[in-house]
Amino acid sequence: MRLRSIAFAALGFALFVGTWHLLTLGHGVAEVAGPWLTMVGIGEVMAAGHLWKNIVASVFRVSWGFSLAAAIGIPLGILLGWSPRCMMTFNPVIQALRPISPIAWIPIAVLMFGGHGLLSADFSAIFLVFLASFFPIVTATTSAVGSVEQKFIRSARNFGVEGLPFFRRVLVPAAMPQILTGLRLALGISWVVVVAAEMVGVERGLGFQVNDSRNAIRFDHVEAAMVVIAIIGLLLDSGMSRIESAALARRGMSRR
Amino acid sequence: MTTKISVRDVQKTFVNDKGEEVHVLDGVNLSVVEGEFLAIVGPSGCGKSTLLNCLAGFETASTGAIEIDGEVVRKPSRKRVFVFQETGIFPWYSVWDNIAFGLGDLPFEEKHEIAMRYIRLVGLEGFEKAYPSELSGGMKQRVEFARALAVEPDVLYLDEPFGALDAFTRLEMRREIVRIWQETGKTCILVTHDVEEAVELADRVAVMTRRPATIHSVLDNPLDRPRDPDDRRFRELKDSIFEILGVERRV
Repeated sequence: MRLRSIAFAALGFALFVGTWHLLTLGHGVAEVAGPWLTMVGIGEVMAAGHLWKNIVASVFRVSWGFSLAAAIGIPLGILLGWSPRCMMTFNPVIQALRPISPIAWIPIAVLMFGGHGLLSADFSAIFLVFLASFFPIVTATTSAVGSVEQKFIRSARNFGVEGLPFFRRVLVPAAMPQILTGLRLALGISWVVVVAAEMVGVERGLGFQVNDSRNAIRFDHVEAAMVVIAIIGLLLDSGMSRIESAALARRGMSRR
Repeated sequence: MTTKISVRDVQKTFVNDKGEEVHVLDGVNLSVVEGEFLAIVGPSGCGKSTLLNCLAGFETASTGAIEIDGEVVRKPSRKRVFVFQETGIFPWYSVWDNIAFGLGDLPFEEKHEIAMRYIRLVGLEGFEKAYPSELSGGMKQRVEFARALAVEPDVLYLDEPFGALDAFTRLEMRREIVRIWQETGKTCILVTHDVEEAVELADRVAVMTRRPATIHSVLDNPLDRPRDPDDRRFRELKDSIFEILGVERRV
């Protein structure tokens, strides 16, 4: 079964690369480069030594932005899901801010943290990643807590488990599967957004590499960076889904 | 025989999602003796679960009074534990953790001793480290009984506890609950729509009317245990309950 799915995935990739090759026949590095030039480009970028530095910069920004969003978003989501008053007060604001693309925040971020210099560039990218993951995390946590089955809440009250132990022993574990799904979704969005955030005013990161290669009219290197972005995105997602299934495996709720 | 629970003229009105008032209970009177097994039967949606929720303190009566041991019920208590329709045990805790859930801040040794005693009582030795997802429906129900009994309550509320089980396991669990009741002497109140289950288990059967519900009558069940559903008197008692419910037995 596993072999079968690998075979089908390989077929899909072969079709994709084949189409890519046909559409870019005869192109050089100043045009949309084909798969072979891109492969060579990956080798060149790696040999030049920038790649690793750029990967570290992007992953660093995502880690901080995402972790901060989780650290603030999960408790806030629990509060909103649990207290109807907090929900009525804060949820409209959150829902109003949520549709604003993090990209639209770039000028504000640059204004707040300064555009250039190593640290300030990191701060604005981290801030944008934070925004991108904060809203999905809050929303997923709020709905997770709101949909905890009444019988669990009643059981806890029946046994006199209240206050902090109630949150720790009943409400949070009951909401955990949905919270983890929200985290996984948010991490995916973070990775999409960090690349965009790095297109302006930074000197490192995979987004910078895309932009810098474009300025050098090296589209093979642009695409090389895109392939690396895809691979790291896949790794982040599978890492997160491993954490998810490990956390849920015991209760027979794992999804794979 | 002392009165354990007294329900006097309890009315319950809900406001539903559409903002309409729904009159569920219309003056329920009932008294339950200490150590008794009482079953409440009625048509589905008649409010029997609402009555049980009021007895447990999860909901409050609109008017009237519910007293247990002479005290008005205002909120849930560990003295009166609720067993849910589809088990309310926690899927993120092992069998042991579930059963020790209500034991609060007792030292570990004491908790362990109590938990193991009730694991043995419900016949789940060897499964204390298992998670609910690894257990069958009947075993989960046993865990829930053990969790309830571990806090040594006076009263057990059973809200159609066997509803989600297959027919075979249901019969087995009925026998099990009678054994546990006889061994522990708790006051048990069972809500069910299964008339045979009520007659098999209970000392008395309270029959409720349609909504807004009252208690039509309370029938004594003098049959000795273990009870035989094919016994003539068993069938007669069942028939008289069906007659009150207005159900034609023969199809």
